[in-house]
Amino acid sequence: MSELPVQATSATFLGMPSFQRAAKDALANTQQRRNLAHATATIRTKRAAVVGEVEGWEDLRVAGAAAKDEALHHLPDYLEELEANLTARGATVHWARDAAEANQIVIDITRAKGADEVVKVKSMATQEIELNEALEAAGIAAWETDLAELIVQLGHDRPSHILVPAIHRNRAEIREIFVREMGGVGRAAPEDLTDEPARLAEAARLHLREKFLRAKVAVSGANFAIADTGTLVVVESEGNGRMCLTLPETLISVVGVEKVLPSLEDLSTMLQLLPRSSTGERMNPYTSMWTGVTPGDGPQEVHVVLLDNGRSRVLADEVGREALRCIRCSACLNVCPVYERAGGHAYGSVYPGPIGAVLNPQLRGTSSEVDKSLPYASSLCGACFEACPVRIDIPALLVKLRTQVVDEASGRSAEAASMKAAAWMFGDHRRMEAAQRASTLGGRLLGGRTLRSVPGLGAWTQARDVPTPPTQTFRQWWASTHGDDPDAGADEAASPVAGPTGDGVDEATPDEQGATDHRTGGGTAADAESRDPRHTSGESS
Amino acid sequence: MSAREEILARLRSATSDATDERGARGPVPRIAAAGESAEATLELFVDNVADYRATVVRCTPEQVGVEVAAALARGRAHTVVLPADLDAAWVMPAREAGLRLRPDEGPGGDPLTADELDGIDAVVTAARVGIATTGTIVLDHAGDQGRRALTLVPDQHVCVIRVDQVVHDVPDAVTVVDPGRPLTWISGPSATSDIELDRVEGVHGPRTLDVIVVG
Ligand code: SF4
Repeated sequence: MSELPVQATSATFLGMPSFQRAAKDALANTQQRRNLAHATATIRTKRAAVVGEVEGWEDLRVAGAAAKDEALHHLPDYLEELEANLTARGATVHWARDAAEANQIVIDITRAKGADEVVKVKSMATQEIELNEALEAAGIAAWETDLAELIVQLGHDRPSHILVPAIHRNRAEIREIFVREMGGVGRAAPEDLTDEPARLAEAARLHLREKFLRAKVAVSGANFAIADTGTLVVVESEGNGRMCLTLPETLISVVGVEKVLPSLEDLSTMLQLLPRSSTGERMNPYTSMWTGVTPGDGPQEVHVVLLDNGRSRVLADEVGREALRCIRCSACLNVCPVYERAGGHAYGSVYPGPIGAVLNPQLRGTSSEVDKSLPYASSLCGACFEACPVRIDIPALLVKLRTQVVDEASGRSAEAASMKAAAWMFGDHRRMEAAQRASTLGGRLLGGRTLRSVPGLGAWTQARDVPTPPTQTFRQWWASTHGDDPDAGADEAASPVAGPTGDGVDEATPDEQGATDHRTGGGTAADAESRDPRHTSGESS
Repeated sequence: MSAREEILARLRSATSDATDERGARGPVPRIAAAGESAEATLELFVDNVADYRATVVRCTPEQVGVEVAAALARGRAHTVVLPADLDAAWVMPAREAGLRLRPDEGPGGDPLTADELDGIDAVVTAARVGIATTGTIVLDHAGDQGRRALTLVPDQHVCVIRVDQVVHDVPDAVTVVDPGRPLTWISGPSATSDIELDRVEGVHGPRTLDVIVVG
């Protein structure tokens, strides 16, 4: 195993103190602890409610784990299948052994397009390889477009949660960051910006829109990659993902090799598990799926970078490979008593919380101080296993990693030292562990229930009418009222302030001039807000 | 060795201990079937879409145009972009009310640029599938739904879906859609919870979503 290259602990995290020391500092940060406690408790409650709605949740978890195991056990085959399908649909597939290789591929493509900036949708894989830093060194600006990532990036900060990366910041801090930093990198924050979340989101919308509209190249990750169709899937909420995946001419997706799913049916399992586990929603607001290039719709040049960066090493470990099932939902973070108190930064990686405690030492080895200490960043309470939609037995993996750390430290009792350091967090860890082992065992029995076999579509869906086509489509109507010259109408319409045309279609209403101005020029937040019915329900009569 | 060969070789050696045949797990189990009546499924769909703070109305096929016009009026839209194959009857009342309708076509006959789309208030589209258990609408960007940018850049999306397009759950929807097409799954308007977990509608996608359920 040691001949295979290990993912390096990046320069950013190399000097990290051990988890225990970093956590001790984090504990002193009352604000962060309060934010975290509030956030994780909120998500936990929401999650419990929507998981409770799903009949057969345990069966779904088993199916989710089985889908990932199928993919992981035959990963080379599924990757080749994915590659063939992507290529057949006009995408270009690249393979990257490590971070440096992946970063270089992205830099080369971006340069070839003559671009000096990229827009990015939040991607843990690109954080892991520190792509933004590599791009910057190559003279290419990388704009993070997820609101939380924007907050983190503008705050010259690191993400602290998989799902809500700026969970450690409160609204007043966010306002301050926006006011201070936005102007330096693009459209400045409105002068009258308050710390109301709606106003802050509005400021981000305006700031980022100019970047979306001009971007030539976008970089994304992918939540899933479907082998038998060549489809990539991105799950998000804000629409920044859709902007990146749709508007630029060139799209580069950096995808960890473990993201492969065998089939579309497996995707349906995952789409039932992921949003409910993650944000506690029945479904996230936006999911985008694309299969290579679609002529006339979206990026006409699509690149997929398949990334190893230590994953083959983890896969070789027959126990550790279980961690590669992770779909990055963050449920394990939100139930973890250690994470809740210590915060994400203490884990010294883009993968915080229980899964980070497992994944980082596996990906990077246990030579650095932080990676050595991570297996101890747990009470082994088992809550993470209970929450995990793909049934990763994180506590068992941590115990195994502890043994590895102890073995490597031969002579010195690393366990004793780390346990002593962890003791401040848990008055009596032995008692806690005993109680929690019992709860984990219960979960295992529940999870092992036999699957019910259920037929496909509900009967009523099969007895439906064939859709009725429209008697006249908009295109036909447009042609019939605008003659044979498609430009005639379009021309007028292209100039939104054009006067009345007589046929009523393009007639501008009196206040259109104003409505147009704020969209094409530098509109204010107040303009845009007045368009939002939620803000004007009282005055629109 | 190329990166491709080396990674595949590493992965092959890493999985050499896997004894299960590929596909040995059998078909993906279909968990939690649709046991509900069509009407119950529809009600669930309407409830769940509304729960996302989208505006949902149900109407007969004859009323679609009136409801579309009403939705656009609520959203204070002036300019509306329309996919080429949209049913023209759906937008006639809006046109009569004085709204500026236009196709996804610039002066030269090319599709509108992103900047041009940014100057348009709303879009009206059909849909491919609705999912009851999640309150989701799936677009496959066929001719009556427009390319992806159309339902993304304007600030209001009015989406018309027929009752016979509503399925019970996610696996139902996945068996209906064509993965060869780009797909957009929409559950409520664009939203973020990144600031102290307060939900805010509307960051980059349309901030207003109106769903008209027909039939
Ligand atoms: S380990 Fe499980 S619970 Fe944690 S992020 Fe990954 S999938 Fe979610």
